[in-house]
Amino acid sequence: MPSIKIPTPLRYYTDQKAEVTVRGQTVAEAMEHLIEQYPTLRTHLYNGDGQLRPFVNLFLNKTNIRELQGLETPLKEDDQLLLIPSIAGGAQ
Amino acid sequence: MLPPLTHEEILRYSRHLLIPEVGLRGQQKLKASSVLVIGTGGLGSPVALYLAAAGVGRIGLVDYDVVDASNLQRQIIHGTSTLGMRKVESARRRMLDLNPDIEVVVYDEPFTSENAMRIAADYDVIVDGTDNFPTRYLSNDVAVFLGKPNVYASIFRFDGQVSVFYAKEGPCYRCLFPAPPPPGLVPSCAEGGVLGVLPGTIGSIQATETLKLLLGIGEPLIGRLLLYNALDMSFDFVELKKNPNCRVCGPNADIKELIDYEEFCGVPGHDREEGSAGAGWDIAPTELAERLQNNGILLLDVREPHELEISRLPGAVNIPLGQLAARLSELDSAREMVVFCKAGTRSARALELLVSAGFRKVKNLKGGINAWAREVDPSLPIY
Repeated sequence: MPSIKIPTPLRYYTDQKAEVTVRGQTVAEAMEHLIEQYPTLRTHLYNGDGQLRPFVNLFLNKTNIRELQGLETPLKEDDQLLLIPSIAGGAQ
Repeated sequence: MLPPLTHEEILRYSRHLLIPEVGLRGQQKLKASSVLVIGTGGLGSPVALYLAAAGVGRIGLVDYDVVDASNLQRQIIHGTSTLGMRKVESARRRMLDLNPDIEVVVYDEPFTSENAMRIAADYDVIVDGTDNFPTRYLSNDVAVFLGKPNVYASIFRFDGQVSVFYAKEGPCYRCLFPAPPPPGLVPSCAEGGVLGVLPGTIGSIQATETLKLLLGIGEPLIGRLLLYNALDMSFDFVELKKNPNCRVCGPNADIKELIDYEEFCGVPGHDREEGSAGAGWDIAPTELAERLQNNGILLLDVREPHELEISRLPGAVNIPLGQLAARLSELDSAREMVVFCKAGTRSARALELLVSAGFRKVKNLKGGINAWAREVDPSLPIY
């Protein structure tokens, strides 16, 4: 099954899990299955009209899904999705 | 014409001169080059130290802060002997001790839309070692407008991101992140914490990328984003492309000059009015101490459970901010309540949440339990 790697800031909402296995034929379905398992993630990932928030990037293997077919990109069994949110820390 | 090296410099840089990719000519290039480091904190510390040691001829430092004891867990350019000193001055001293042959130019001021173009224009490469979104977008846009590479890195707890954003040859920061998260959604290191060595690892990679750019060697991180996790000890790379809809470097870019970045991000970049929930919603520690005499006030601690081991207020109820929305039913909205956290930032967000859920008798402990420790109960530690 495909998996989604969760970055530290979002692990707060996934019981600290670093990687979550998901079901789905497309990126959208996989994300829906992730959110089904961890409902509080939804507001962090999607805005009101079902679009990925602009500070969240989703990469399939090494490519931004924006450069593929977005949320409709088909998934294979061993695909790995990577969630990349913007983080700001550095000096403090 | 590259500047010659003195005999002393040849001895100092001997280990560079032995590498064919650097050599005498490369070392002369470094001597002739200049780098602007924005922020002299966690990332800026190793960046500035290694660039100084490597013999980069002119290094600019921008920071407006002073060295605080809580910095020293990771900001290794500063020291106990420079506590309370301006950060740029503390950093300059350490760099010149390491290498007196370089020039260190200090800008003891916030990096803003007013001064950024003027300051950055004088440098070959910009290194983004800031700690907030407004300054990150500002550094990016300055680099795009001046046609310079921006060596980017950002850290949080155990995670680091590094890339070289160079709009002439690849994507910029806005191509990847067109807009910042709404205020409060992503915690800062001051709130969320950071493993002290993490900026050492990530800043060293920034310094490496900077030296490669100056020397013109290797494959820079242009068009690639490095994702590091210290707990998993994983390095992942993803490919970045120019975003055709990018508002600063895309074909239809509509941002042609620097904007108001604090407004764009909805948060202050350098205004230190932290720990406040805004007019009318704050209560000062001393006032709370008086009011507590009369009882009846519920103290709500929205910190994480592991923080209670550091300091706590007697009788306070603990509901971590992340759980608050789901646990509102545990609270009595008719009762007077004062919300607090470490320094007042998370509690200000908790207060917003409570007010939007219909709570009216709530106040935010301004400056958090740290301010309480300073002003009311010095037996508590400040962290």
